[in-house]
Amino acid sequence: MGQKVLLSEKEINIILHRLACQLLENHLDFKDTVLIGIQPRGIFVAERLTKILKEDYGVKAIDVGFLDITFYRDDFRRGEKTLEATKTKIDFLVEDKKVVFIDDVLYTGRSIRAALTAIQSFGRPSEIELLTLIDRRFSRHLPIQPNYRGRQVDAINDEKVKVLWKENDGKDVIYLINK
Amino acid sequence: MSELSVRHLLGIKYLNEKDIQLIFETADHFKEVINRSIKKVPSLRDITIANIFFENSTRTKLSFELAEKRLSADVINFSAGQSSVKKGETLIDTVNNILSMKVDMVVMRHPNPGAGIFLSKHVKASIVNAGDGAHEHPTQALLDSFSIREKLGDVAGKNVVIVGDILHSRVALSNIFALKLQGANVKVCGPRTLLPKHIESLGVQVETDLRKALNWCDVANMLRIQNERLDISYFPTTREYTQQFGVNKKLLDSLDKEIVIMHPGPINRGVEITSDVADSKQSIILSQVENGVAIRMAVIYLLASKIK
Repeated sequence: MGQKVLLSEKEINIILHRLACQLLENHLDFKDTVLIGIQPRGIFVAERLTKILKEDYGVKAIDVGFLDITFYRDDFRRGEKTLEATKTKIDFLVEDKKVVFIDDVLYTGRSIRAALTAIQSFGRPSEIELLTLIDRRFSRHLPIQPNYRGRQVDAINDEKVKVLWKENDGKDVIYLINK
Repeated sequence: MSELSVRHLLGIKYLNEKDIQLIFETADHFKEVINRSIKKVPSLRDITIANIFFENSTRTKLSFELAEKRLSADVINFSAGQSSVKKGETLIDTVNNILSMKVDMVVMRHPNPGAGIFLSKHVKASIVNAGDGAHEHPTQALLDSFSIREKLGDVAGKNVVIVGDILHSRVALSNIFALKLQGANVKVCGPRTLLPKHIESLGVQVETDLRKALNWCDVANMLRIQNERLDISYFPTTREYTQQFGVNKKLLDSLDKEIVIMHPGPINRGVEITSDVADSKQSIILSQVENGVAIRMAVIYLLASKIK
């Protein structure tokens, strides 16, 4: 099993700043926009982007939520293991808001399909966008594409993209791992 | 990733502590789900569940049915009163006939202890025991512990007294198993005639003085006097029972500390507890009912994920 560094801490930081600027360009003061981190790993990207937007670009308030998609997945009973849920925390209404889904890796698109269903329980957004740090371009099962992407990767199916975060894993780095 | 150690929920006796924690963590998520404006998730779209009740029930049946529907399962209901059971059909035949209609899970209440265990050995479906005679009522015990955990933060180390008819109560037995498994201290309190012999062997203490028991406990679970199960006279009169083992506001206020009052329902107001106790802020009876749906969703979700 070999692994190579796909993005270093410095590169991740530059990309996050670029993504923050792109969000800013489209949403300005975030008055009608909410950021939704997709559990379990998208929440770190969402929190980092929020921090950058607030501290470096003077955005005063942004609504950020975490969405767990476990109960909306399409592979219930299809794997060996029980699908284990994580916490959903959305303490605002998404009715008529612009929602930005935020995830670390876009792979088959099935998680985002589930998220599109799950978010309906919290109201009818005026529009939904997708931001992903890593876009694995040739592995999609569904017609889903990101509006904002950090880095596009041509990983084959035997490979795995692993995103580590300081607050959770001790360091910021993204690996490409050969299984 | 963790999963339940069992394929059926027949009793708390067959669970381990990790199973209980997994059920609670899953129920936490479902509690959040049932407090949304849209309270339904599509997880169990391809699962069919039969609720088979050979004994009367309102709360448990409604709670199970609601839990199943919130998970998007297909539900069929069967009550023994209006069925071929009256024509002499056996339990296995009844259930196998239902299962031929491609049912994946059976939720059953039955007057005979061990009915669920018996069924699990003879049919393919996943079985959830919704009460079997005086044996177990596992989802009630789980929701009781879940409610204690919600109110007091933890179950371990808490003092819980179960008051009333321990002899005929499946709620009491399941609660004792569940509480002991989680490290709580348990006392039972009631008239001697309604306390089973050798109950101490389950690791509980016996107390016949209600005031002493209440002063000791953090939580009092007040059981209903089940007149339908009292085949002989276990105490002279209901009035005398109430005087010795009923909780009223005056008694509650005279205790050294504020305790939590629970009741599995249906309440006989004025018998085991008075109305002002049942409706006081110390009572968590209605959160028990709300938590019942979340707990049953968790149990069904976790068991359904093991159906292959």
